[in-house]
Amino acid sequence: MKKTYRFENLGCANCAAKMEAAIEKLEGVHSVSVNFIAQKLVLEAEDASFADILTRSAAICKKIEPHCGLRL
Amino acid sequence: MRRAQIWTLVRILCSAVLLVAAVLSPLEGLPRLVSFLIPFALVGADIVYTAVWSIFHGQVFNETLLMSIACIGALATEQYPEAVFVMLFYQVGELFQRYAVGKSRHSITQLMQLRPDSANVERDGELETVDPEEVAVGEVILVKPGEKIPLDGTVLDGSSALDTAALTGESLPRDVAWGDAVLSGCVNLAGPLRIEVTKPFEESTVSKMLELVENAGAKKAKTERFITRFARYYTPAVVFAAIALAVIPSLFDQNWSQWIHRALIFLVVSCPCALVISVPLSFFGGIGGASKAGILIKGGNYLEVLARAETMAFDKTGTLTRGSFQVTALRPAQGYENAELLELAALAEHFSNHPIARSIRAACPIPPHPERLGGDVEECAGMGVRAEIDGQTVYVGNRRLLVDAGIPCPEADGVGAAVYVGADGQYVGYLLIADAVKPGAAQAIASLKAVGIRKTVMLTGDTEVTARAVAQSVGIDEIHASLLPADKVEAVEGLLGELPRGGSLAYVGDGINDAPVLSRADVGIAMGALGSDAAMEAADIVLMDDDPCKLPVAITIARKTMRIVTQNIVFALVIKVLVLVLSALGFVSMWAAVFADVGVSVIAILNAMRALRPPVQESAPPAPAQDA
Repeated sequence: MKKTYRFENLGCANCAAKMEAAIEKLEGVHSVSVNFIAQKLVLEAEDASFADILTRSAAICKKIEPHCGLRL
Repeated sequence: MRRAQIWTLVRILCSAVLLVAAVLSPLEGLPRLVSFLIPFALVGADIVYTAVWSIFHGQVFNETLLMSIACIGALATEQYPEAVFVMLFYQVGELFQRYAVGKSRHSITQLMQLRPDSANVERDGELETVDPEEVAVGEVILVKPGEKIPLDGTVLDGSSALDTAALTGESLPRDVAWGDAVLSGCVNLAGPLRIEVTKPFEESTVSKMLELVENAGAKKAKTERFITRFARYYTPAVVFAAIALAVIPSLFDQNWSQWIHRALIFLVVSCPCALVISVPLSFFGGIGGASKAGILIKGGNYLEVLARAETMAFDKTGTLTRGSFQVTALRPAQGYENAELLELAALAEHFSNHPIARSIRAACPIPPHPERLGGDVEECAGMGVRAEIDGQTVYVGNRRLLVDAGIPCPEADGVGAAVYVGADGQYVGYLLIADAVKPGAAQAIASLKAVGIRKTVMLTGDTEVTARAVAQSVGIDEIHASLLPADKVEAVEGLLGELPRGGSLAYVGDGINDAPVLSRADVGIAMGALGSDAAMEAADIVLMDDDPCKLPVAITIARKTMRIVTQNIVFALVIKVLVLVLSALGFVSMWAAVFADVGVSVIAILNAMRALRPPVQESAPPAPAQDA
């Protein structure tokens, strides 16, 4: 499954790169792209664990940049 | 500017005023520290808070932490004004950076304001306004003048002119009437149109285009990947260097405050943000600027490859030529006029539906009156027709038809099919009909050479003679004729082998039957893709209309984008390394260090924004006057 989510207040490009690297390491993730300019997360992952992966990805983003959030 | 940004600006201004007051005040000792802490807290509290929060959440090397350490270090070494100033300048830079990024993001998304918000659909005899996604195939929608067409469809009623600029970059409106297919994203200019929907919203042209441009960022250029990898090592390396700089020399000369101060400067410079923002922003800008000109680029990587293009291979039919028959020359016999020849041919072919017949009729500026035809038109299978026109017996067809009728005529000289005309036993002349070269093709090839394409090659399934004629008239260097689709792949592979080091090969086709070639080339460009899903799928770069003059524009954009990327990388690295070296030696103040961090980012962003502006497009020359 491949889905796109929008960020709110993703403020730093380096953080976007870090988020991408961290989410990529999650189990079940096929591909992920954090686009700083479009403020978008494109996540492609296993159907079965997608919801779980998404929650964990959102947590990762929050951890790297506290004032930014994913619009789910 | 958004509300949060205005709020930050207010904080910066207040803090700046308080800083000046604190510098001028005669306070000493603790009161002096407090007088600086107030502006510091005002402008930097949130940054210190984020830094502390990050430490507790396992994020060590981030910008806020580096800034906080630098400022606290400055406070500890009693450099109060410097501490406040660093924070102040950092905030100014961040603000500006956000503003600039927001602005370029805005101008890119504005290109994508194609997305229609609603559709007026006819249901049970009434007009309902609904979300375009809710309209089913087969339903009828009404589009009033000034509105965007929300879904692809066919015109049932009405006629109008459509503004396709948002899709193609073409400013000339397109006329549509009953039976014409219309595409979502076009703006209806003149009259109301009733349209039967032929595609659901998700498959409509506008949705496909938006998806394509928005996902372009996911395909990263090599340079972009390099920067991300570089950033991963750069920050920790500088931080460890800073620690070493603070500790090692101090062990020898015990001058801790001096070395710590220098180390702090190191930290300020350690953020790779200038690179990490400006490089993707440049690519995104290039893609955005190109889409404004009707050129869709599916990823930054293709810009990179296109910028290195040395060889460009073309399909002939539909790419360099129109892909339809046209009267290209009129050769009347002695004593006859062009118009006479054309009229006789058009009248005789009046009832025929053959593409050649249609092209003859289309070449007449004023259609001759069919009443001049007397009696039946007789088909002479495989040769032509015989008709009675103005009481004369007229033969229109190939040379044999006339010769058989006892009319002597010369051999045709030129490219294409010759249609001979004889009337009343006399030879009237012949017309040449060929797949006409597109009006902009020759200029496009010339501009491609001007922007640095070394070799242009034509690959075609057509005969050598036709291929050579087209190649000559547009200025193509090399031709490979009589190729089957599979041979084209082989030909491209051969050309790939001949490329000089570092060069790349672009293939331009119509995307309909050359998908394998499009994917085999380094970068595949499909032309005239408006409304053709297959072409949009197969190619890496998609020209929405079929104007070959867009090709040099695409290359110029790619080259310009790559230039900007290189400038930004070199500029940012040189300044940072310079500041690092000078600060280790003690020549750099904290102020300069903050400039090297934030200032460089801002300059790089401004430079990146240049990529968004499309180059000035040379207008195509007017269509060459025909002999008709």
